[in-house]
Amino acid sequence: MSLTLGKLKENFSDSIFELGNYRGDDFAVVRGDRIVEIARFIRDHPELQYNFLIDLTAVDYPRRSPRFEVVYHFLSLPFKHRVRLKVPVEEKNAEVPSLVSLWDGANWFEREVWDMFGIRFQGHPDLRRILLYEGFEGHPLRKDYPINRRQPLIGPKN
Amino acid sequence: MAVNTPAGGFFTSRLDKMIGWARKYSIFQYPFVTACCGMEYMATACAHYDVDRFGAGLPRFSPRQADVLFVVGTISHKLAPTLKMIYDQMCEPKWVVAFGVCTCTGGFYDNYATVMGIDTIIPVDVYIPGCPPRPETVLDGLIKLQAKIQMEPQLL
Repeated sequence: MSLTLGKLKENFSDSIFELGNYRGDDFAVVRGDRIVEIARFIRDHPELQYNFLIDLTAVDYPRRSPRFEVVYHFLSLPFKHRVRLKVPVEEKNAEVPSLVSLWDGANWFEREVWDMFGIRFQGHPDLRRILLYEGFEGHPLRKDYPINRRQPLIGPKN
Repeated sequence: MAVNTPAGGFFTSRLDKMIGWARKYSIFQYPFVTACCGMEYMATACAHYDVDRFGAGLPRFSPRQADVLFVVGTISHKLAPTLKMIYDQMCEPKWVVAFGVCTCTGGFYDNYATVMGIDTIIPVDVYIPGCPPRPETVLDGLIKLQAKIQMEPQLL
């Protein structure tokens, strides 16, 4: 087991559902309500220093329960290590604590996830749509968003 | 019609035709560039293909000074009201060129975000297909637009 996963297991064993390595990349499936704590831990621990939030996105698994997974990618610039944290999110009341307090860059990522998947981020300072427009109904990257549904601002409606 | 007299030559024409001739060789375009087609637009405009040979060498960056709206690249539903506003700001007579398949039909996009052809929003005179179109295709489209301008009854 890698250093990162070892440290995670040592400190957060009660909040981790799964640890693993997929094709050379470490991942950990963790509880949503602990994500801020865990992210702060791997950022500030002197042997880990995952100081760069590379990506924050989500995946919709319509046949799974919980339905969504929010995925965080971290890079340690000093050690060149990468780790992926995944947080399962229920469809009902889909909400995850925001990481904006740790990384300012999480702001727009979280707005995009809200826009595309309808997952809210608790404590986000300005959770608005970022790519789509005000008045757009639904969240188009959800698998149950009809593929041919159009919501034009002007022009013919289908 | 050309006529030769001992005093010299002159020719007669219709005013309409003469204005069409003037207009087709002084196209001031407004490039509405949103995506990768812009690179081919630039290639067409620059020295190698030299769009200035066809009298369309001076893009204006205000729609109020432009005759032809070049819509170059994918138009999303979010951007559509802006495109319509730009079109409305142009003075008559005005023409629209749909540059690339995204503007013609939506291209390979078929999703919640993309306008399926700008002709659902504004009238289009010339469609230039291609993803992106080669500069030769663009010039061909431009020449077709010139022919169209020449043939139209001219607004005075």
